Amino acid sequence: MKFLKLLSIFFFIFSFEILNAQDNDLENKITKNLRCLVCQGQSVYDSDSEFANSLKLVIKQKLNEGLNEKQIYNFLKDKYGEWILYDPKFGKNTYFLWLLPLFLFVIGGAIVFKRFIIKKN
Amino acid sequence: MKNKILNISLVLLFIFIFLIFYRGLNNTNIYTPSKIIDKNIPTFSTTLLNSNIEISSEEIFVDERYYLMNIWASWCVPCRDEHPILLNLSRNYNIEIIGLNYKDRKENANLFLKKLGNPYKKILLDENGTEAIKWGAYGVPESFLIYKNRIIKKFIGPINLELFNDIKKIIK
Repeated sequence: MKFLKLLSIFFFIFSFEILNAQDNDLENKITKNLRCLVCQGQSVYDSDSEFANSLKLVIKQKLNEGLNEKQIYNFLKDKYGEWILYDPKFGKNTYFLWLLPLFLFVIGGAIVFKRFIIKKN
Repeated sequence: MKNKILNISLVLLFIFIFLIFYRGLNNTNIYTPSKIIDKNIPTFSTTLLNSNIEISSEEIFVDERYYLMNIWASWCVPCRDEHPILLNLSRNYNIEIIGLNYKDRKENANLFLKKLGNPYKKILLDENGTEAIKWGAYGVPESFLIYKNRIIKKFIGPINLELFNDIKKIIK
């Protein structure tokens, strides 16, 4: 009897966890991609400020309303601007940020090619 | 010859990187929202302070007149600084001030108004801070000047004399 009771308790606890897991995953993913505006260097996920806590609630509401990840980002971008997103879009101010690694990679590749492959031949 | 090219390209690279960092010096690394925004007001519905009546944004901003949406809380110290200015605005100028009570206790909010006066035509409740986010606010106090259902100006922080004069000029 005791065993059954324990089993049912375990079952109850774990079934509860599974129910919430998916929603929380997406919510956490979104909040990790958002910059907390009142605390420097922290994401909304990491922060416990008033602003971040309210924002977490808003994201939960929006997910319940059926908005997807991209729509939520767009909603917040409209309210607070690009700054709230950690993932900067390719644009006039950020092209250098995106292209520099590629550029360095090509230069590095050229050096390696010249030094080692051409020399070998 | 080879060394010369290398040296020149090194110097060019250095200048290039220097310029980028130099430009970066002027960029702020804190959030600076734009102050002049020409945007529609958000649609929302929330309850009023001291009543359970739910009210929507369409019912609040109806007339063709200036509104000032002010986000405040009794625990917010700068809100006390701007309070006399809000009182002055509501008494002497043709503007309707709507309050959004942010993350506050009802008793404290009422005590605050009783002590310092009530400049607000209506006070909306925002118990968990989600309404303020719809306005793009991130702290208290913040105010929005509204005309014809559009936000024409945003004030972050308390309204001081300079901003008071700005508002006066706009609503004249």
